[in-house]
Amino acid sequence: MTGTTIRLQGCRKAFADGTVAVHDLNLTIEPGETLAILGPSGCGKTTTLRLIAGLESPNAGQIFFDDHDVTRLPIEKRDVGMVFQNYALFPNLDVAGNIVYGLKIRGLSPAERNKRCAELLELVGLQEHGKRSIHELSGGQRQRVALARALAPRPRVLLLDEPLAALDAQLRERLRSELDELLRGLGITSVFVTHDQGEAMALGDRILVMEKGRVAQLATPREIYQQPANAFVASFVGNLNAFPVVERTAQGLRVSGGELPWTGSNLPSTVYCRPEHLRVMAGESHLRGRLVGQFFQGAQSRLLVDVGGAQPLLVDSADNVIHTPGALIGLAVAPQVLFTLNS
Amino acid sequence: MKRSSLFVMQLLFTLLVCAFMLVPVLLSLMAGLTRNYFQGVSSGLTFDWLIQVWQAYSPTVWLSIQLAVACAVCVCVIGVPAAYALVRMNNRFSRAFEELMVLPVAMPGLASALALLLTYGQFGGFRSSWLFILVGHVLFTLPFLVRPVMAVMQRQHLPTLEEAAASLGAGPIKRFFSVVVPNCRAGILAGVLMVVTLSLGEFNLTWMLHTPMTKTLPVGLADSYASARLEVASAYTLIFLLMIVPLLIALQAISARLSRGESR
Repeated sequence: MTGTTIRLQGCRKAFADGTVAVHDLNLTIEPGETLAILGPSGCGKTTTLRLIAGLESPNAGQIFFDDHDVTRLPIEKRDVGMVFQNYALFPNLDVAGNIVYGLKIRGLSPAERNKRCAELLELVGLQEHGKRSIHELSGGQRQRVALARALAPRPRVLLLDEPLAALDAQLRERLRSELDELLRGLGITSVFVTHDQGEAMALGDRILVMEKGRVAQLATPREIYQQPANAFVASFVGNLNAFPVVERTAQGLRVSGGELPWTGSNLPSTVYCRPEHLRVMAGESHLRGRLVGQFFQGAQSRLLVDVGGAQPLLVDSADNVIHTPGALIGLAVAPQVLFTLNS
Repeated sequence: MKRSSLFVMQLLFTLLVCAFMLVPVLLSLMAGLTRNYFQGVSSGLTFDWLIQVWQAYSPTVWLSIQLAVACAVCVCVIGVPAAYALVRMNNRFSRAFEELMVLPVAMPGLASALALLLTYGQFGGFRSSWLFILVGHVLFTLPFLVRPVMAVMQRQHLPTLEEAAASLGAGPIKRFFSVVVPNCRAGILAGVLMVVTLSLGEFNLTWMLHTPMTKTLPVGLADSYASARLEVASAYTLIFLLMIVPLLIALQAISARLSRGESR
């Protein structure tokens, strides 16, 4: 399986009631890449996936698989594998029957079908389950069968719609790493939709963050987190502290609760930082405020510190010291972790 | 075990109601096996009446079975795609059409039969063949298959299953036969059960549409009630029950097994 390039050129999709789900989308997905489409519900991420799949056709624009224009091709002619949100396994067929469905349609002989089916059952670790009925499977097993069924005909592109959303938290974590390993091993171009930023970060080579049918940012997970393109991306991917700037001082910027170090020559109206970049300091500190909440989260504690701003600051502290409620807390921040955003 | 008097009263009442409904049936069956009904069982039991009925009326039995099977096949061929289309469309027109389809059931059978006679009565060959009755039966029984099939289709998340089949390369016709039909088996079977039963027992329409050469079992029954001895008519009823009861039990068992399989 060699990767296919997927290219969307000026794709636009509006529904019958007039709502525009996707505005003039331009996107190139590299061969073998795993792209995560991330966004809140109603942002157009599922529509984008369905456009690539061929389950929806765009009102304007073109879709290419390599140099082949597939815009007018229905899904059954596009040679894509798809994993649906609730798996959509055929309840009238057993596990093996589901996996060989696509092979039968392609006219493979029974011997070839059985061989390929055995390969896939092994790939997803369900060797013993070929004759099981779909009703007898657990959620995680169904997910694996759905994946095996989609991969069986060796599709050019693998599309996954919220592949892990229907599973409980622990299983989700495990299947996430299995899926990651599998996608990397196969080297198939894959696109998946999720509303879970953790999933997008863990699985995506790049993340496409969508907002109201438009691209908010397309970048690697690291870039998205460290250099978010705007306030929407920053607040959707991880938590964020905002500091409205009062005035420029000799050493930095005066904000509510203290003074932040600032090396830039410009004067931003608001600066931001992530909760894990604020450190609790016993002695000299940049900011001072009262502790209004403390939540134990295992490896770290989340503190809420009121520095007199509109909202208390979020602080992720690894030391797990228990502070008394209302205690005066000093916070320090390194200048390089502060950033500004285009609104 | 000590039971309250209330329980005894309830049991007695239930048994009385059962007896009220079953005794006439049993009496009628016994009449078909009694040598002389007016003298009672003391005159002796016999299969003579059954044999006599079979000799006189066996063509009506075969025609009824033939009609019921043909009707079930026609209704499946028309009804399953129709149900699919109605579920897929699901708009004002499809709902109006659904109501329209039930009309022949709501209307007296005689009225539908008259309409058929007025329209197609002049085509002699068609008018005198059993296919004329088949048309009436199909019209009358169609909603009894379409309704349960639609109900099952609406339960089954068919659109997603079809999308899954399409993503694996299946075109529309392949999807219909490999995904839609197998996942509606329970509904189709329940419908066929209903259609076969209704077609076997249909009298209203059939009585208007039949010719002396195309008499079905219920029409023959009416004949025998009107013209033959009471014992003959009763024996005829017995044959009808012998035919339909095992069929009903078999079909019920199959549909129970299917619906169990689906609810797992």
